[in-house]
Amino acid sequence: MPGAADPGFDTLTIHAGAAPDPATGARALPIYLSTSFVYQSSEHAASLFDMARSGHVYSRVSNPTNAVLEERVAALQGGVGAIATASGHAALHLAIATLAGAGSHIVASTALYGGSHNLLAYTLPRFGIRTSFVRPDDIDGWRAAIRPETRLLFGETLGNPGLEVLDIPTLSAIAHAARVPLLVDSTFTTPWLMKPFEHGADLVFHSATKFLSGHGTVLGGVLVDGGTFDWDASGRFPELTAPYERLQGMVFSEESSVAAFLLRARREGLRDFGACMSPHTAWLILQGIETLPLRMARHVENTRKVVAFLAAQPMVARVGYPELASHPSHALAAKLLPRGAGSVFAFDVAGSRTQGQAFIEALRIFSHLTNVGDCRSLVTHPASTTHARMDDAALAAAGIAAGTIRLSIGLEDADDLIDDLKRALDAARKAQ
Amino acid sequence: MMFTVAGREAYAYSGGKPFDATLPCIVFVHGALNDHSVWTLLARWFAHHGHAVLALDLPGHGRSTGAPAPSVQAAAQWLLALLDAAGVARAAVVGHSLGSLIALEAAAQAPGRITQLVMIGTAYPMKVGAALLDTARARPLAAIDMVNAFSLSSLACKPSFPGPGMWLHGSQRALMRRTLAGASGLEAGVGANLLEHDLRLCDRYAGGLEAAARVRCPAHVVLGRDDRMTSPKAARDIAAALHARVTLLAGGHSLMAEAPDALLAALRAALADAATTAAQAS
Repeated sequence: MPGAADPGFDTLTIHAGAAPDPATGARALPIYLSTSFVYQSSEHAASLFDMARSGHVYSRVSNPTNAVLEERVAALQGGVGAIATASGHAALHLAIATLAGAGSHIVASTALYGGSHNLLAYTLPRFGIRTSFVRPDDIDGWRAAIRPETRLLFGETLGNPGLEVLDIPTLSAIAHAARVPLLVDSTFTTPWLMKPFEHGADLVFHSATKFLSGHGTVLGGVLVDGGTFDWDASGRFPELTAPYERLQGMVFSEESSVAAFLLRARREGLRDFGACMSPHTAWLILQGIETLPLRMARHVENTRKVVAFLAAQPMVARVGYPELASHPSHALAAKLLPRGAGSVFAFDVAGSRTQGQAFIEALRIFSHLTNVGDCRSLVTHPASTTHARMDDAALAAAGIAAGTIRLSIGLEDADDLIDDLKRALDAARKAQ
Repeated sequence: MMFTVAGREAYAYSGGKPFDATLPCIVFVHGALNDHSVWTLLARWFAHHGHAVLALDLPGHGRSTGAPAPSVQAAAQWLLALLDAAGVARAAVVGHSLGSLIALEAAAQAPGRITQLVMIGTAYPMKVGAALLDTARARPLAAIDMVNAFSLSSLACKPSFPGPGMWLHGSQRALMRRTLAGASGLEAGVGANLLEHDLRLCDRYAGGLEAAARVRCPAHVVLGRDDRMTSPKAARDIAAALHARVTLLAGGHSLMAEAPDALLAALRAALADAATTAAQAS
């Protein structure tokens, strides 16, 4: 730490949270694939359970390899700490379960990953947690949807699949006026493109399955606390500000002035729900993060070339990328995402469902599957897969056309990707 | 728990146990722009091992209201008044950085009440560079980043504080920002904001060697080998004046967060040493 400021982003991607292994001298991070950790003495054991010492007991709650991932993502996001989870979805559930219970209410964006929408719209109501959905750009709608029992506002930095940019500065101000935090899914942007805490968000999570790991190999999530929300001043979160009987009457907001949320999420949520990450997975995600700046720059560079190509094609009716002036979030993207608007976007092939299918089937480099954020380029045709049961009217209501294609641009040569798309557009044209 | 000192609310964390003034008491005093939460592991440990613990929020910091003390001496008077409010006749005092000077002053002002003195991350004089003072006045958030970078010696402090998965650079920054934003009574302070106020208290404190001469209890100094806020060599004179035992730990200025286990071992040894010395003296 030679300087008068924290190291830069690229340095943190390599070093935050990790040092040569004190036991072996190993320079690369070891995978501590151990369920449990030996106590140094009876006093040490008792003190760990009294939370009078810091350390690892059992890998469901914490693990040395996972802790490096947690510190690193927190460092990159500008947070106070993090919790690694079994998936991005587990991270979302952990955030909600820590702050909400039966009778609680959430206000969420309509532009969400389908799995998140399922959780909020169909599953959580069974547990007494209700959600109101509001279009991300309907600012008055967000304000109006807040109720006395609201515990959380939630949206994605870039909505799925339309890439609506979440107005984090405005929505965080609305959330804070209502004394509730703003939770943001930062999967599509990663901290390289945007740090939501700098714009007012309070909690951030990632599906680390996507760009953070970057290679389509592992499932994982990370939940990060910005440490800025004042739970005591809010008065709405006795979970964090009143004694917790199970842990000797611990008041989390007294234990830590800035990390009360993380303490409860780990000591209750991870302990009781158990959606922890394997240390092997944590290690693979860390391998990915070490090249995150290089990969994200290339993802964006390739995406810009592909977007420019598609926007000039007569067979393409619309390209939905926020850097294009035609996108409804163009101005907000320029403000919040100056490095780029990611590498996942949708466009519409002019024509029928059949033509959309012909396009997909003609692709050779793009892989047809349901995922994003891989080093490989990926493609999905919602009308014939995830939304196949909808008729055209229902698709339109969901903002999806019969020919809407979602791409996740990878790290291949952009010229090869464009050639692949050219061939597929020809196939679509001929399938008329 | 809350006390009332000079008509103002004064908060002290009791280590997760009900405060019992009949037990041997340890008072923990935080440094500039910090609060009680920098002590939670140590406070919990001693509270779970037979001690009454008071980890303070100094006036104007954290949950304690009122104006920040205008001098180290005044902060020490406030600390002694808090002991009165808590019904504590005698206590050990453990201070960090600015808090170590307050602890020293308390031991000097009430030598019959302070049973042990432990100064962590300390120096005397505790001069603060003009660049940091100027930045603290004009751009306190930038100064917080400077303090943060100077206070932590590593990007990977294990096992982290107060538990695994915490990014100390982020949590310390967030704590200082929160304390800055929540400060009260600054019109009576000696700076444009609480950071400048606290740094000026350190910088202006004089009379440390004279205070040391009035201290009657055993003293212990714990220093971080790589401390860039208070260099270990800058503690040499005050340690000598106190006839203190000096312990050098691997770490920087924020030893409670960077080296919680090593600091616990040092404190246990210091307080046990002090208890032995006191027993021999009696």
